[in-house]
Amino acid sequence: MSNEDTDDDLVFKALSDPSRRLLLDRLFEQDGRTLVNLEAELPHLTRFGVMKHLKVLEEADLVITEKVGREKLHYLNPVPIRLLHDRWIDKYTERRVSALVDLKHQLEKQA
Amino acid sequence: MSNATDTQIFRVYIRATPDAIWEAITSPEWTEQYGYKGRTEYELRAGGSVVGHATKEMIDFGAPAIMVKGEVLEADAPKKLVHTFHAQFNPETIAEPGVIVTYLIEPEDAGGLTKLTVVNDANGSPITMGFLAGSPGQLSDGGGGYPFIISDLKTLLETGKSLQD
Repeated sequence: MSNEDTDDDLVFKALSDPSRRLLLDRLFEQDGRTLVNLEAELPHLTRFGVMKHLKVLEEADLVITEKVGREKLHYLNPVPIRLLHDRWIDKYTERRVSALVDLKHQLEKQA
Repeated sequence: MSNATDTQIFRVYIRATPDAIWEAITSPEWTEQYGYKGRTEYELRAGGSVVGHATKEMIDFGAPAIMVKGEVLEADAPKKLVHTFHAQFNPETIAEPGVIVTYLIEPEDAGGLTKLTVVNDANGSPITMGFLAGSPGQLSDGGGGYPFIISDLKTLLETGKSLQD
């Protein structure tokens, strides 16, 4: 977690897989789930496969686990996605808007 | 014991000291600079009050002058702050007892980073929990909740500027 580019890489990599996005979607609908519960959402994968995907999501901080009693619960942490949005998406959508405004000004000058 | 589904966890790593993060969360002058930018005043002792004021902009669109009331349950600078969050801007949230918000501030071993974790315990307040979670479809406006607030806190502490400036 020492380098911002590395953090972004981990998040982009984590989000690049449809099974992992499905896990995040399921946690978004119902947070704080056990491994067994999440396995039921991905019947096409083995338990080991689900664990592997959860590990990638945890490394990217998109999933946080907490022990509650004897159970390990998985929580969605949306903050890394918010940071990606602020850092990457906002930047380019704003630029696009200002580029359009620039173009409009250019065209108006020529007219 | 709290029900698992009644918990939300938000986490971010910030390049700042635990003291700086504590200050940014608990001092009224700092709370005016990020997130929704309302001034929040804490009496930093168990049993102390929490008062979250509306900004002028919020009052202009009809918000009450005091948006949030609460009670400090634990204040252990710069490591842990626990308080109730009783939202005053909606009849449904006023009727609820209020969410219990816990801030955990933990320095990382290396890299000058500090881990900030915000845990919300619904405490029988599902409507307030919904507001605190934010709505992902409305990231750019008031639907941001805690993901919006603590992302902006990180940006402010690391760059000296809020994302909204």
